[in-house]
Amino acid sequence: MSRTITTSDKKPAARADIIGGHTLSMFVNNKPGVLMRICQIFARRAYNIDSLVVSQGRDPQFSRLTLGISGDPAGLPQIILQCDKLIDVIHCYEHTPDDSVVRELALVKIVVEGGEKRTELLQIVEHFGGKTVDLNESSMIIRIEGASDKVDAAIRLMNSYEIIETVRTGKVVMARADQAT
Amino acid sequence: MAIEKEEELDGAQALIKTLSELGVEYVFGYSGGAALPIFDALETVESNIKFVLTRHEQGATHMADGYARATGKPGVVLVTSGPGAGNTITGIMTAQMDSVPMIIVSGQQVTWMLGKDAFQEADIFGITIPIVKHNYLVRETNDLPKVAREAFHIATTGRPGPVLIDVPKNVSQSPFTGDLDAEIDLPGYKPEEAMDIDSSSLEAAARLINLAKKPVILAGHGAMIAGAEAELMELANRTESPVTSTLLGKGVFPESHPLSVGMLGMHGTAYANKAICECDLLINVGSRFDDRIIGQADKFCAQAKIIHFEIDNAEVGKMIVPDVAVVGDAKVALTQLLPMIEQADNADWLEHINGYKKKYPLGYKKQGGLRMQQVLDDIYELTDGEAIITTDVGQHQMWAAQFYLNSASFKWISSGGAGTMGFGFPAAIGAQFACPDETVIAVAGDGGFQMTLCEIATAVIHKLPIKILVLNNHYLGMVRQWQELFFDNRESGVDLEGNPDFVKLAEAYGCKGINIKRPADVKKKLQEALDYNEGPILINAECVKTDNVFPMIPAGAALEDMLIEPPKHKMAKPVGST
Repeated sequence: MSRTITTSDKKPAARADIIGGHTLSMFVNNKPGVLMRICQIFARRAYNIDSLVVSQGRDPQFSRLTLGISGDPAGLPQIILQCDKLIDVIHCYEHTPDDSVVRELALVKIVVEGGEKRTELLQIVEHFGGKTVDLNESSMIIRIEGASDKVDAAIRLMNSYEIIETVRTGKVVMARADQAT
Repeated sequence: MAIEKEEELDGAQALIKTLSELGVEYVFGYSGGAALPIFDALETVESNIKFVLTRHEQGATHMADGYARATGKPGVVLVTSGPGAGNTITGIMTAQMDSVPMIIVSGQQVTWMLGKDAFQEADIFGITIPIVKHNYLVRETNDLPKVAREAFHIATTGRPGPVLIDVPKNVSQSPFTGDLDAEIDLPGYKPEEAMDIDSSSLEAAARLINLAKKPVILAGHGAMIAGAEAELMELANRTESPVTSTLLGKGVFPESHPLSVGMLGMHGTAYANKAICECDLLINVGSRFDDRIIGQADKFCAQAKIIHFEIDNAEVGKMIVPDVAVVGDAKVALTQLLPMIEQADNADWLEHINGYKKKYPLGYKKQGGLRMQQVLDDIYELTDGEAIITTDVGQHQMWAAQFYLNSASFKWISSGGAGTMGFGFPAAIGAQFACPDETVIAVAGDGGFQMTLCEIATAVIHKLPIKILVLNNHYLGMVRQWQELFFDNRESGVDLEGNPDFVKLAEAYGCKGINIKRPADVKKKLQEALDYNEGPILINAECVKTDNVFPMIPAGAALEDMLIEPPKHKMAKPVGST
């Protein structure tokens, strides 16, 4: 039986054994292969990495990782310990929206041919505090940033227009107050 | 010719010099193109390192493993790139599963060819990530001494494990201009924290222990690695607890001691498993609650409190969620715990367990041919339980665990977690190199022995007086046992027809060989083997073909569902694996 695969921004139906929305932050050695070690821990335990941001730390000897993950909730504490156990991982913490600031950035390329549609779109962009970063006769690129649910909401509204493609950075997280990220 | 000045060293020489300074006595390995500079450095650098040429790289890893388990010092392996490194996988995995310190140095293609499918190129760094404690692909010649020091530090501290160092040929043969004493730099690794035990966890543990009326101590490999034998004995005496051990913990508490109930788990003693089922407190010192010992996790010690002494934080709550976890080194933890422990009087409980010992002793039939159990029982008696025993995996391993009681640590060398066939004989070679004055007995089945028997040559060359005891039933007996019990006795892939004449085979290598066929001859022939010390001796014992190991807990079943003797009715297929 053939199946048509469509791209959409709809979330997959919720499953009891899957948890989404968990955000892990890791401080790691900035060396080749470190990401492989971490990814193997998730893959072996049937976890999916929904988003991943890696960047050099303030001290270039280290890197920052932010992972958005989903998988069996019972396994999560053990996964964190396994990551922490890696020699190349300085620390691994889980963050919730309550104890941290989570931000994401999305670029959305949309077909715009008529002036009326363009005006409507610009109203949405303004409402979400976004910005038009590229504009030509046939399309525009919109930048939206904020908490993931805000980015989700903006893209949902734009879905009634003809979206060519979207790119999201994935979540970056920083712990509030004196907690380490 | 010895190298004197540091400025004349190349990377390989700096590496060998560092290994020598780290106290390496033996390097087990197999040469090859990409490792040529390192092999050359073994000749040009003055050191106490002796190189042992094996006949297969898997053998080299198991020898290093046996050396490490007999001494507590890391075993060192040197191989070439590609297939050479690939052949070490099983041995590295075996060491990782059983927390064995090991350093594997592998040659590698030159750095500018990596990723280009060059001759004998394999991404051994990537391949081994899941089976090492840590690994390195060294890209700078001057990093070699620092990497070697870091590898040793990582392999031997905290929970030990294997560390692989992959060295491209241009890195090893370029001039070394760095610091031979470069300090290690591991900001993400703090094994010293294991010496700092949380006092509130110790107090909570002491409260549970002082309240217990039916305690049991479970002694694991971690207690042995920590060197906590005396503390464990004191804890057992003060709490009047029966002590059971895991397969790898055999010997950390003397199995001939009245408080010992032997090994627990799938093929453990009935009295150990009954003690676990009936206790009100389980004190686990240094075991990771392997699935072979817990059976059905939600029924394991369901009525009892559980204390878990564990050095690896990631093991706490992985299989069993304890009531109290004490994270850190077992010796340090027990030393700090003992002053808080009151002298218990659990005479009734011990009497009850002794009743089980009398009711369900380990035994075997004396008629109907030669039994593996008898051979093991006799060799135990002839060696007073003092020999170093290495085993392969299968029925002979479980019977050896049951019948060869160990009285001291580091004398039982067996592949537990990985269950690696072919492990026992090369591990015995490593152990004999480590302990030249000890009696070393490699207990193998006819299946596993044939996987690494080429190492007879290695044992013969070095005149190692190993007793190679091949318990030969012409079957892969443990698998056949499962097929008999759970698959209507349909034998599939278990008949080892075509076995060689093992005595003739040994003789072809210049190794002495003898046969044992009759139960009445066992002691005499074994004594003959024990008295022969000119080199290795192979003892081929022709055993009953279709014997089964009991007691048995089918995989995934609860300990209370243990089969003490053969079942009278057909068994359901087990839910757990193997």
